[in-house]
Amino acid sequence: MKDGFDQNAPRKSWMGLLAKAPEGRAAALLDGAMARPSFTWLRAPEIGTTMVRARAGGTGTSFNLGEVTVTRCALTLEGGPVGHAYIRGRRKADAEAAALIDALMQTDRAGVLQAEVLDRLHAEAAAAKADRAGKAAATKVDFFTMVRGED
Amino acid sequence: MPQSQTLSGGFADPARQSAHAFRSVMEAMARPGSLHDITGAEPPASLSVATGAVLLTLCDTDTPVHLAGDADCATVRDWIAFHTGAPFCGPADCMFALGTWQALAPLSAFPTGTAQYPDRSATMIVEVPQLSASGATLTGPGIKDNASLSLPETRAFRDNHALFPLGLDFIFTSGSRLAALPRSTEVR
Repeated sequence: MKDGFDQNAPRKSWMGLLAKAPEGRAAALLDGAMARPSFTWLRAPEIGTTMVRARAGGTGTSFNLGEVTVTRCALTLEGGPVGHAYIRGRRKADAEAAALIDALMQTDRAGVLQAEVLDRLHAEAAAAKADRAGKAAATKVDFFTMVRGED
Repeated sequence: MPQSQTLSGGFADPARQSAHAFRSVMEAMARPGSLHDITGAEPPASLSVATGAVLLTLCDTDTPVHLAGDADCATVRDWIAFHTGAPFCGPADCMFALGTWQALAPLSAFPTGTAQYPDRSATMIVEVPQLSASGATLTGPGIKDNASLSLPETRAFRDNHALFPLGLDFIFTSGSRLAALPRSTEVR
């Protein structure tokens, strides 16, 4: 099954993007792109914790890194699309915006949102990552041996 | 749309409604035979409102649930999974069992706890067609003189009481009403 095309891959990628977006950014971009549609809560925003698991070096055995605070919610738009959101931190308003974007991405507004919200979030995340990587790279020290003690 | 159906029907105001529902269940258990109204949940059609509210209040990811008979359908499984996260299991490992009285038989399949841990027993959520304060006579802790409750039968509850301090606890639901029969209650 793992070799097949993951039907949920696009949705996974935008939900991941929204989960990692900085505070208030997704909401601001959504409001800039369109008026928020009316919706019904399936699960009002609630705060809890989830265990983060990790592997040392990406190959070791998995271990529990620690718990992280998560806000989640689910809502439905008129006509059926259901949006879910899991956001890191205690940010109910951001969870609402992320769930709205997730639901709207399943409607014919997807094109507008992709251009106005997701592509911008992606670009900002890439820029932040490059900035951080650049700062880290500036501190790199290259050790090399001038003379090897061979005779 | 089927997905919205299984995802809707949770508590609209979870903090207050689950507190009220918990109070109803606690009162029912503390005073066996008394009838309580419990509302707020809108489970799929095959479950009663009271059953839905009890599940939302008592079940979470640590409480395996056994669905017996007609209750074991995809809609109910999806609804419980989304709203409570409870895992599903067979009768021998469950902490909650859900179904009609006929579907839940035989009761010997369910855990009654151990001498060291009598609390490791199953709580049965029994859907009954109607619930009224008439029928079998109940006496025991939480009942001043005696109480009456329309039970599906009496033999099984007498046998269950004989196991005390082990045994099963029962919650009866019908529509939006609920009554309980803990293992400590004597049925005549």
